[in-house]
Amino acid sequence: MMKYALFLGCNIPARVKQYDLSARSVLKKLGVNVADIREFNCCGYPMKNSDFKTSLLFSARNLALAEKENLSILTLCQCCFGTLKKAAHLFKEEIGLKDEVNAFLSKEKLSYHGKVEVKHFLSMLHKEIGTTAIKEKVSNGFKKLKIAAHYGCHALRPSDVMQFDDPVAPVVFDELVDVTGAESVDWSMKTECCGAPLLGVNDDLSMTLTEKKLANGKASGADFLCAACPWCQLQFDTVQKLMEAKGRSNHNLPSILYPQLLGLAMGIPGEELGIQMNQKDLSSIKAFLT
Amino acid sequence: MIFSISLYLSLAVFLVGMIYKISTWFTRKIGILGYRFSPAQRFGAAVKGILGAIFSAKLFVLVRSFVLNVVLQLQIAKEDRLRWIMHLLIYGGFMLLLLMHALEKHITARLFNDYYSTVNPFLFLRDFFGLLVVIGIGIAIFRRAILKVPRMMTNAMDRYALVILALIMISGVLLEGTKMSSYSEFQRMVQDYAGMDDPDEIKALESYWVHEYGTVSPNIKTPIEQEVLDQGFELHQSNCADCHSPNKSAFAGYAAAKAFGPVALTIDRAAGTTILWYIHFLSCFFGLAYLPFSKMFHVVASSISLMTSAVMDPAKSNPANIATRQAMELDACTHCGTCSLRCSVAVAFGALGNRTILPAEKLSFLKSYASQKELDTKELQAIQEGIYLCTNCDRCTVVCPVGINLRDLWFNVREELISRKQPVLLSLSPFSFYRGLNQLKLDSAGYGQPLSRAREALAAKSVFLKTPEKVIPLTPIDKGFKGQAVRSMQASTFTFCFSCENCTTVCPVVGSFENPQEEVGLLPHQIMRSLGLGLKDLALGSKMLWDCLTCYQCQEHCPQGVKVTDILYELKNMTVKEAKTAS
Repeated sequence: MMKYALFLGCNIPARVKQYDLSARSVLKKLGVNVADIREFNCCGYPMKNSDFKTSLLFSARNLALAEKENLSILTLCQCCFGTLKKAAHLFKEEIGLKDEVNAFLSKEKLSYHGKVEVKHFLSMLHKEIGTTAIKEKVSNGFKKLKIAAHYGCHALRPSDVMQFDDPVAPVVFDELVDVTGAESVDWSMKTECCGAPLLGVNDDLSMTLTEKKLANGKASGADFLCAACPWCQLQFDTVQKLMEAKGRSNHNLPSILYPQLLGLAMGIPGEELGIQMNQKDLSSIKAFLT
Repeated sequence: MIFSISLYLSLAVFLVGMIYKISTWFTRKIGILGYRFSPAQRFGAAVKGILGAIFSAKLFVLVRSFVLNVVLQLQIAKEDRLRWIMHLLIYGGFMLLLLMHALEKHITARLFNDYYSTVNPFLFLRDFFGLLVVIGIGIAIFRRAILKVPRMMTNAMDRYALVILALIMISGVLLEGTKMSSYSEFQRMVQDYAGMDDPDEIKALESYWVHEYGTVSPNIKTPIEQEVLDQGFELHQSNCADCHSPNKSAFAGYAAAKAFGPVALTIDRAAGTTILWYIHFLSCFFGLAYLPFSKMFHVVASSISLMTSAVMDPAKSNPANIATRQAMELDACTHCGTCSLRCSVAVAFGALGNRTILPAEKLSFLKSYASQKELDTKELQAIQEGIYLCTNCDRCTVVCPVGINLRDLWFNVREELISRKQPVLLSLSPFSFYRGLNQLKLDSAGYGQPLSRAREALAAKSVFLKTPEKVIPLTPIDKGFKGQAVRSMQASTFTFCFSCENCTTVCPVVGSFENPQEEVGLLPHQIMRSLGLGLKDLALGSKMLWDCLTCYQCQEHCPQGVKVTDILYELKNMTVKEAKTAS
């Protein structure tokens, strides 16, 4: 039986609880065990702009905590994934860096020796469980549902570190969408940024980028966007609503989190997946279920 | 006389203090919200809100919260079992002592017709309750000094609270001990209650008390003959036993009396009982008078905070009540450190040393800030960093044992603190995301100000961007940049750049503008080239740095393996560092 330390990060418990709920339901169905390490802290991502070094200490502490439990880290957030995996990579590559962070960690009697693997939810599903095994659990798949899969930057790039998928023509997410019976549409902006990193910093630019993606997704014929990162999801959900209020968007293209999509196809009740917790109404998706 | 005067004086100070402290809940302006309502408006709203809660179905919720959260404190139990036991011991023991012992005339004597403080079970219970408090204080000191609970800091108020409690308890036990061993006390009791004249009989009774009750007498020589003890026992039975249970049942005082043994007579002659009595009641009265101004005020404020949080929904509440609630919450905080223990960004405190990053210390700071509102530049910078370096993960709010809505408190206070002139460099980072999500709650005019101030401060240095006519010297590669970079291996890749402009071509930010150079200053490839030319200052001043999404498209598409995004991170770090040292 597979077991991971589930790394929720900061956004999910506070603002995207449905991601936590739905991921756990789906993982349970797939026989994946997760442990919660309460001492986990922020991955360090928001810290990078001002102080990369301190952000590495954030990551190192999390890695050390998982290593202590002898578990790999499973992240739901792509920015946590990118940050933790990048940090683990640097600790391996750059001489002396690990000792430096261990000197800091020793104050809490922690240490990191480079044994922790960092995995994102999507790649774990795709690589460790596999689409065939997932398909077996899909009891009532979707029909005629078109989904625009949004890959998310920090899972894909930098690809030499992330090893998630082909950074230019990725398939992992599309295949995982197809497993649910939905059709993953081809859209030119699927690997582009959602705009979230600039929200609150340069809203105009942030919303311009989001608007481009929404327009592109809509034009590709998608009924829903699908995200696997709380930042992207908040951008497509809460911020799309904000944009509508400001008259900056009218595509009305709601985003569903991947485990919600998969969960519905597995026959898990929508309430259990937190469908009602999304800001933009998702209820119409049930009409596509067989 | 002194007792009565000091009692009434301390009661008066206590009452005035309570009224003053509670009035500050309506007058103190916390964050931007605090300025929106007058004290009268806030008071009116509070009365309406309280009455509305009491005369509705919410009353049930209030009662439930009172039992589970205020009396049983289950929220603490959930977080930390040892702390829960500690707190229950201290507050439970103290409350019982207060009711049974301090208010004996008003409560215990009325409840029990045959009440005498010297009779069991009361004699025993007084010591037992005291023991509970002492064990609790012991655990508290153990947690702070020996166990060293992570990130729990001890400030002057925490020390005061432990010291005053310990003083009351220890003086009480010692007072009891001196009374038991006191010869003059024995003589007084014989005179007052026994009505005995025969010196032999008195000596027999005295012998019995020396043997059994811990009295230390100058007249009795040990060992005492069994015959005398038997006589003494009989006299004791007929004269004393009805109103005085064995001193041994007051185990703490008895132990103290035994410990005094050799010096008991000296203590007695020096009026030790009286001195200790003064210490005991004066420390109680001081604690009472100072309660509204000390950490002990949490007894009132935390209870109110817990019940408020049970019935108040921030989304639906009158904002005037939220302003009042936040002022009250500052008093409700017990500085227990649970929030700091669970804080998602506490590592930053470890790395940067800024205490106000930790929520418990931030709140502690806000307490004094709320009453004075004055800060020097350094303090302002520290608290701005402390309040902004927060992922708004809600953990502090979820775990707070007294139900403080820290999430909303931070949001509100943050707005006030970042509106000050000092630029907040952290605002140009994903730490601003939560603020962006909640922008409709903010005044649109003030919303963008901190961001533009930060941008200006960061761009201030770049001479080249401001004066494009300035001649650029073609110096060799800036060795300084490589040296300054945190991860030098990544940073040094800029030397491979041959200006193919792929990075700029794939950049979604660049692609969003008609005339990108005007908007972002230098384009990504220009930044790489300026590093190649040793023009670090040019690169550091570019607006592009702060509009970078960190989507890694540039880095992914570089045919030369230049770590463009990572280099931009390095540049941002350097700019922040320089701007920090400059101010």
